Amino acid sequence: MTLPPPVLAVTVLGDDRPGIVAELTEALAGVGGNLEDSTMTLLRGHFAMVVLVRTGASQEDVESAMAPLAQSGGLSVDVRSLPDPAHLSGAGQPFTLRVHGADRPGIVASITRVLARHQGNIVDLGTRLGSALYVLMAEVMLPEGTDVEAVQADLAEAASGLGVDVSLHPVDDDLL
Amino acid sequence: MPPLPAGRVLQVVQAPDPVLATPGMMVDPTAPEVIALAADLLATQAVSPGCVGLAAQQVGIAWRVFSVDVTGHPKARTCHGEFVLCNAVVESATRKERGREGCMSVPDFTGDVARARRLVVRGQLPVTGEWVTLETDAFEAVALQHEIDHTDGMIFLDRVAGPHAVHPRRTYL
Ligand SMILES: [Zn+2]
Repeated sequence: MTLPPPVLAVTVLGDDRPGIVAELTEALAGVGGNLEDSTMTLLRGHFAMVVLVRTGASQEDVESAMAPLAQSGGLSVDVRSLPDPAHLSGAGQPFTLRVHGADRPGIVASITRVLARHQGNIVDLGTRLGSALYVLMAEVMLPEGTDVEAVQADLAEAASGLGVDVSLHPVDDDLL
Repeated sequence: MPPLPAGRVLQVVQAPDPVLATPGMMVDPTAPEVIALAADLLATQAVSPGCVGLAAQQVGIAWRVFSVDVTGHPKARTCHGEFVLCNAVVESATRKERGREGCMSVPDFTGDVARARRLVVRGQLPVTGEWVTLETDAFEAVALQHEIDHTDGMIFLDRVAGPHAVHPRRTYL
């Protein structure tokens, strides 16, 4: 019995245009890659994608397969091997964090520092900057038994120092 | 609910089993095999921890039959107890809210789905075939929509709200 190949993380950044995902995933399929989790979004018009892939091909072969994308597509591509995570995060209770207000330096740092102090683990996060408004949305796992009102109070204090609005609400999740 | 015979506990099938994507056939609620299925759904649901509903598709049968029981659930308001409906359709669905739901047939994921919190459903009771109209709200409304979707060959993944709306399922669910 052989060990499964290590997971490779392929990160692609660059100017957006139609067809990048198709080209990237065709190239990965071409080296026998099996895609696992991935995420892709546009950050102010910049294409940004991370995809986890397992393949019997070597990292060098995967890098070669990515070369046309990097050369003709004007994209920056990074391929690296990831060790299996030491522990699967995801324990605890999920909460949705919403922040919005006038843009200024330090909003994300101040708010996420509060969560970190309470052992909150961010499992999904997105921020957007409009012409004047800054918006942050995140999903946070708080350990079982967390004093949620204390977290909310600390967030409110940090938010008032920043002049932004913040809310932290539990996510309903039900087995049907 | 008319009394049903004792049911058997059936194996719950999991996606991507094609039966979960198969719209159910209309059934005759007075037919012995439909009555037996109604009893089996309730028996299977009763032994599944946290399970508040089960559709025929989830035990491998593409028929328009499902069971629901939200008794004691903290998010339930109106509660009709334990029941089975055949050939059910949604008559009206209002006050949509987004919630996160999981399904016994999709063990790895939960998904964010907008579901009506006020619901009117029409369907037939097993055994008698009597048509009933059920008005409900809150959690029972969500459960009914989830099960009726199953009988239409849909799972919650067909309704999730966007690319960030599918989540790894927490282990204790
Ligand atoms: Zn289900």
